[in-house]
Amino acid sequence: MAIDIAADRQTDGVRRRRRAVRLSVRDRIAVAVMVGVPLVVVGGLIWFPTFASVALSFTSWDGIGGLGTIKWVGTENYQQIAEIYPPFWPAFRHNLIWLGFLALIATPFGLLLAYQLDKRIRGTRVYQSIFFLPVVLSLAIIGFIWQLVYSPDQGLINNVIGRTSQSGHLIDWLGDSSINLWAVLVAAGWRHAGYIMILYLAGLKSIDPSLREAAAIDGAGEWHAFRTVIFPALRPINIVVVVITVIEALRAFDIVYIVNRGRNGLELLSILVTDNIIGEASRIGYGSALGAILLVISIVPIVVFVWNSFEEKNVRVFRFTGRRT
Amino acid sequence: MTSATVAASRRRAVRRRRVHLPRVGLHVFLIATAVVWLAPILWAVFTSLRPYADTNEHGYVSFPHSLSFTNYKNAWIQGDIGTHFVNSIIITLPAIALVLLFAASVAFVVSRLSFWFNVPMLIFFMAANLLPQQVILTPLYRMYLEIPLPTWMSDSGLMYDSYIGLIAINVAFQTGFCTFVLSNYMKTIPSTLNEAARVDGAGIVRQFFGIILPLCKPALAALATLEFTWIYNDFLWAIVLMSTGDKRPITSSITNLQGVYFTDTNLISAAAVMIALPTIVVFALLQKQFVSGLTLGASKG
Repeated sequence: MAIDIAADRQTDGVRRRRRAVRLSVRDRIAVAVMVGVPLVVVGGLIWFPTFASVALSFTSWDGIGGLGTIKWVGTENYQQIAEIYPPFWPAFRHNLIWLGFLALIATPFGLLLAYQLDKRIRGTRVYQSIFFLPVVLSLAIIGFIWQLVYSPDQGLINNVIGRTSQSGHLIDWLGDSSINLWAVLVAAGWRHAGYIMILYLAGLKSIDPSLREAAAIDGAGEWHAFRTVIFPALRPINIVVVVITVIEALRAFDIVYIVNRGRNGLELLSILVTDNIIGEASRIGYGSALGAILLVISIVPIVVFVWNSFEEKNVRVFRFTGRRT
Repeated sequence: MTSATVAASRRRAVRRRRVHLPRVGLHVFLIATAVVWLAPILWAVFTSLRPYADTNEHGYVSFPHSLSFTNYKNAWIQGDIGTHFVNSIIITLPAIALVLLFAASVAFVVSRLSFWFNVPMLIFFMAANLLPQQVILTPLYRMYLEIPLPTWMSDSGLMYDSYIGLIAINVAFQTGFCTFVLSNYMKTIPSTLNEAARVDGAGIVRQFFGIILPLCKPALAALATLEFTWIYNDFLWAIVLMSTGDKRPITSSITNLQGVYFTDTNLISAAAVMIALPTIVVFALLQKQFVSGLTLGASKG
């Protein structure tokens, strides 16, 4: 197991499997408390509701009556969601578009910024701080700030391009359901690109400089060198970035909620879940089924991430000890 | 100078010249991007400093005839910003302390002792942090309505609508990330250190608090910075699990503020700037910690 081997590794190459240390009763109690309390908190508040979400998704419950009023309905919730719940498919599509925008535009732009700033240029720290600034803002505040930018009559954009109501060609960026998703995505991408940039900057710094030199000596052009040498060397970070991008797209909520509570072209799966508990109709089974759908989608990136972080160690251990565990 | 060094310096000069032109283009690109990047924030600051009458008369994109902090004063009073800031502190500070304590404890056990359950346990914590919040939201909301708390802990008598409830969910949600980062960090500390302490008769608790924890200060500082930002910035938990508007932390009170200020864009701008300020200040002062925390989480030990 990776952890045992990690202990081996620290004895400077001498292979010596650490004997399990006999712990005194007091130490055993200490370990039990140190591990037990966080286990109960995370288990009780994260994993229990996760499984409850799956279980409740097969039931019908208004959440007001006691547990006795829970009725087993099989897959009825899922059927209704897919067939007669109007906002579901638009929401699903919007989440996909969200993912597509982050993955194809915001993430590559973050990589582009990181790549350029990694060259030793003047003022790189200043640029980094500026591009990273939106990341420290909450998504709710970002929604708040971009509302000011997009405001039809008083906003920055319409005033700069001359499309206010005085000109008669007003653009209602956030109110027009054919463009508001894209307007919101620009705000989301504004934050996402900075986040990705920081991750890639760390990745680029850890690339062996001799790799670049070798590419330069071979006379490879910049784009060619990036594609064949730099990008493949960023593989560990690439996986993390992909996982973060997918999870961010699934979590998208705050900006849209601030703008218009997620209606009129801005429906998202996360919004539908919230609607079913804090909206007028409290439908626990329904909300749980929507949550379970999100769970199924998110299992893929979670498994990839967990697998990746442990695989990485195994590879290193393999190199070090000459055997794979 | 030997001919070799002359040749070398000439080569260097050529390279410098060749590099020069694209560099100009690069700077133009970066400066243009930086301007676009800052524009929304600067726009909010600019609008917030202008009196309503001024923007009303001359339009929002116009030369300012007077600037003042009046909007800030009005936004502060009308939006009851002070109360909400206090609420944010009540939730954020205990939550950070607990997250770091829990994460460090688990990380210590996972990285310094060899138990069969180390890897499954690490996965248990890590994966919890990666779930979209909405997966657990519905059952959690119902649970919070069921769990009673004594009235001195929660004036609603429930986990729902209480500070304790918000602290608890933030702690549960954030512990995974910090556990992951800290366990990687602790693995880089030589095991001989606490082994020596053990030989000297130090128990687990003393090895943890006396030796390992002080050595983790850089990682703890980085994580505290990050967690401050994340918990302060939390919006969803407080919206769903807190019904009393006056008890909501500042970030989630935005929904109330939209109603309070109605259409006074200048007041909204002032509130936005004030709410964003704490995280911007923390970032400006602790940028190194901030970035190292994020990258520690992304790279593997």
